[in-house]
Amino acid sequence: MEKIYVDHAATSPMHPEVIKVMTDLMPKFYGNPSSIHHFGREARHIVDQARTTAAKSIHADFTEIIFTSGGTEADNLALIGTATANENRGKHIITTQIEHHAVLNTCKFLEKNGFEIEYLPVDQYGIVRMEDLKKALRDDTILVSVMFANNEVGSIQPIAEIGQLLKNHPAYFHTDAVQAYGVIPINVQEMGIDMLSVSAHKLNGPKGIGFLYVKNGTKMTPHLYGGEQERKRRAGTENVPAIAGFAKAISESLRTQTEKINRYKQFKARFIEILTEEAIDFRVHGLAEHTLPHVVNISFTGINVEQMLVNLDLEGIAASSGSACTAGSLEPSHVLRAMFGSDSSELYNSIRFSFGFGNSLEQIETVARKTAKIVKRLTNN
Amino acid sequence: MIYFDNSATTKPKKEVVDTFTKVATEYYGNPSSIHSIGLQAEKLLMQSRKQIATLLGVKDHEIIFTSGGTEGNNMVLKGVASQFQGRGKHIITSAIEHPSVSNACEQLKRDGFEITYLPVDKNGRIHVEDVKKAIRPDTILVSVMHINNEVGTIQPIEEIGKLLANYPRILFHVDHVQGAGKIPLAFHDIPIDFATLSSHKFHGLKGTGAIYIRDGVKLDPLLAGGNQERNIRSGTENVAGIVAMAKALRISMEKLDEKVANMQKIIAYLRNELALIDDVEIHTPIEYTAPHILNFSVLGYKAEVLVHAIANHEVYVSTTSACSSKRNEPCKTLLAMGVDEEHASSSIRISLSFDNTMQEAKEAVEAIKTSIEKLKLAMRR
Ligand SMILES: Cc1ncc(COP(=O)(O)O)c(C=O)c1O
Ligand SMILES: Cc1ncc(COP(=O)(O)O)c(C=O)c1O
Repeated sequence: MEKIYVDHAATSPMHPEVIKVMTDLMPKFYGNPSSIHHFGREARHIVDQARTTAAKSIHADFTEIIFTSGGTEADNLALIGTATANENRGKHIITTQIEHHAVLNTCKFLEKNGFEIEYLPVDQYGIVRMEDLKKALRDDTILVSVMFANNEVGSIQPIAEIGQLLKNHPAYFHTDAVQAYGVIPINVQEMGIDMLSVSAHKLNGPKGIGFLYVKNGTKMTPHLYGGEQERKRRAGTENVPAIAGFAKAISESLRTQTEKINRYKQFKARFIEILTEEAIDFRVHGLAEHTLPHVVNISFTGINVEQMLVNLDLEGIAASSGSACTAGSLEPSHVLRAMFGSDSSELYNSIRFSFGFGNSLEQIETVARKTAKIVKRLTNN
Repeated sequence: MIYFDNSATTKPKKEVVDTFTKVATEYYGNPSSIHSIGLQAEKLLMQSRKQIATLLGVKDHEIIFTSGGTEGNNMVLKGVASQFQGRGKHIITSAIEHPSVSNACEQLKRDGFEITYLPVDKNGRIHVEDVKKAIRPDTILVSVMHINNEVGTIQPIEEIGKLLANYPRILFHVDHVQGAGKIPLAFHDIPIDFATLSSHKFHGLKGTGAIYIRDGVKLDPLLAGGNQERNIRSGTENVAGIVAMAKALRISMEKLDEKVANMQKIIAYLRNELALIDDVEIHTPIEYTAPHILNFSVLGYKAEVLVHAIANHEVYVSTTSACSSKRNEPCKTLLAMGVDEEHASSSIRISLSFDNTMQEAKEAVEAIKTSIEKLKLAMRR
C-alpha cells in the first residue's frame, strides 16, 4: 500500500537536492570554520554564503542571522536572551495562549524566574485580537512574542499590524515563524519584526538546524556560552553541512513559493470538496484567507481523534492530531481549547492534515476519500 | 594533503555519511508523531540510544541527545546550577577547561555563583588534593575535562571520582569531548554523574552530541519546549545525525587498543623528530597524555605565521584550540602550566585521527622543518 504523508507541519522529508548538497560536502569540506587554515576558511565561506541566503529570504542583514540547533533553541534564545538582557527595563512579557511549547514552556521558565507573562486569548478562528494586545501593553512590557502562524490549525496572526503597533513602544517583537516561513513571504523590515525563529526541517531541510533573526541593536544575552561563533551570540562548532543544506532548502522553497501556495490551496479546496461530496459531518477550523495554505484542521462529528488516527495509519495515511511535540501524549490541544473552550467536542475530534513536498493531487484525493470512508465507518452511517 | 587538526574537527567516515543519507532519505518522520512513519523514526532513535549506551557501558535512558559539546556542557553547568542553587552556589572547575565550560561558569558567576578554578601543574594536570581542599559545604558541582584539547593532558578523573564518592551531595561532570571514542571512561564505576560527548570529534557529523546523565540525577533543562528526551532536552530530534553518531562511535571503538597503540607510535615519532629541531619546545607531557595531541612551540615565530607556512605544504595543523585561534591569543592551557607568554603565543597543535599514518607523520615533519628553515632565511634577509 502506498503511504501518503500529510503531516508536513510535524516534519518534512528532506529534498533530494538538500541531501545531495550535504553529503557531497561532508567528505570534502569538513573543516572547523574557526580554524585559520584552508579547511577552516572553506567551511567559513560555506557558512557565510548560507547566512546571506537566510538573510535575504526575510530582507534582513547578513549580521542579523544566528544559526541555532532548530526552532526550539531559536525560541529559547529569543525569549530568555532578551528577557535577561532587558530585565532592568521591566519584567512584563506578552505572548499568546496558542504558541508552540517551545515558547510556552520557555515563558513558564521565565515566570519561575520572576517575569510576569500575559497569555493573550484568541478568537474562534485562532487569531489574536489587536484590542487585546493594546490593552495588555504596559510601560514595563519588554517583549511581545506572537507566532506568525499556528502549527496546529494554521491560523495566521496579524504580524504586520503588531509590528506597526510596537513601532511606538520600546518592547521587542519576536515571532515564531517556524510554520509560516517558506509559505508566506516575510519582510522583517516592513513588518517591524525584531526577532524571528525558523526551523529547517519544516521546509524540507535537515533536522537539527534553524536560525534566529535578531535585528541589529537588539539587546540580548547568549544562551550557549563557549567559543566565539555566531558573533559571540551562539557558541558551538557550526553545523556546516546542515547549514548548507538549510540554505539549499531555503532557495528551493523560495524559488517554488508561489507555485507551492497555489498547489496547496488547490489541494485544500479539493480535499474539502470531496468531504462535502461524501456528505460527512465536518467542520474546517479557521478562516480560509487567514490560514496557512498547506494546513487544514478539521473536526469530524462523532469521531475520536485517537481512533481516527489509528484507522488513517492503517490505511497508509500519516496525519496528526496537531502538534507532533504534544502528540505521543495526545493531551487535548491547548490551541483548540483557546479557540473553543475546555468543554468543546472539537478538542477530541479534530485532525490536522498538512501538505508538502511530494504530495500529488491524486494523493490528496485518496486521503479525502479514505478519510470520509473511515468517518462513515466510525460513525455508522 | 595531510590533515592533522583532528581535535578541531574530524572528517566524517564514509559509512557515517552513508548512514546519514539512508536515514535522511527513508526515515524522515518526527519521532514524536504517533503514525507509523513517526514510529519508525522513534525506533531508530531508540536503537541508536541503545547502541551508544552499550558502547559507553551505561543504561539507555542515561543518554540524552544534544546539538554538540557546547550545548552539553552548558546544559550540565547551567542545569545543575539552576536545579541545586538551593543547596549551594559553589562550583569547582579547572583553569584549563574548554570555553564552553569556562564561559558558562563566568556567566554563572554573574548570576551569583562562586567558581573555584583549580590550578594545574607544569604538565597541565590538576591535583586531586586541590579538589579536596576546594570543597566547601555549599559546593554543588565539580566539572573537570577528561582530555585537555590544547595540550592533551589526561586529568585524574578516576581519583576525583573516588574522592567525590565521599561527598554524595556534590555532582561530578566530565567534559569527555576529546576522550570519547579514544580513551573510554567507566562512567558508572568511577562514578561520574554527567559526561559530555560531541560527534564531530570522532568522525561523526557536526551538530550532534550526547550527554550521559547518571540514573536518578536531575537537572533543569536548557531548552524548554516539546519535552523530548525525557523532558530534559526539547527540540525535534536530529534522527539522521543521531543514527550517524551511533555508527561513528561504534567504528571508532572497534579494535580500539590496536588503533591507540598505533597512534601512540606516530605521536612518539613526531615528538622525537620535532624535539630535534632547533628552537622547538614540546609542551605536551610524556605521562598522562592523550594519544592524539602534541603541542609544541617554535620560539621566535608567531604560531599563525607558522601554521600558514606549514599549510603551504598541504599539512594542516592549528594554533591552540580552534575556537580561540582566531584571536591570536596565547594558549590558555600553557599559561596555566606556567609556560611563558612568548612560548604560549607561538604554540602549535598537532592532533591526529586513527586514520593518520606514519608516512604522513614523516611528510609532516619534513614540511615543518622546511617551513621553519624558510622562515628563518626570510627573517635574516
Ligand atoms: C511553531 C513551531 N515552533 C517551534 C517548533 C520547534 O522547532 P524544532 O522542532 O526545530 O525545535 C515547531 C515544531 O516543532 C513549531 O511548529
Ligand atoms: C574539550 C572540548 N569541549 C567542548 C568542545 C565543544 O564541542 P562542540 O564543538 O561540539 O560544541 C570542544 C570542541 O570544540 C572541546 O575540544
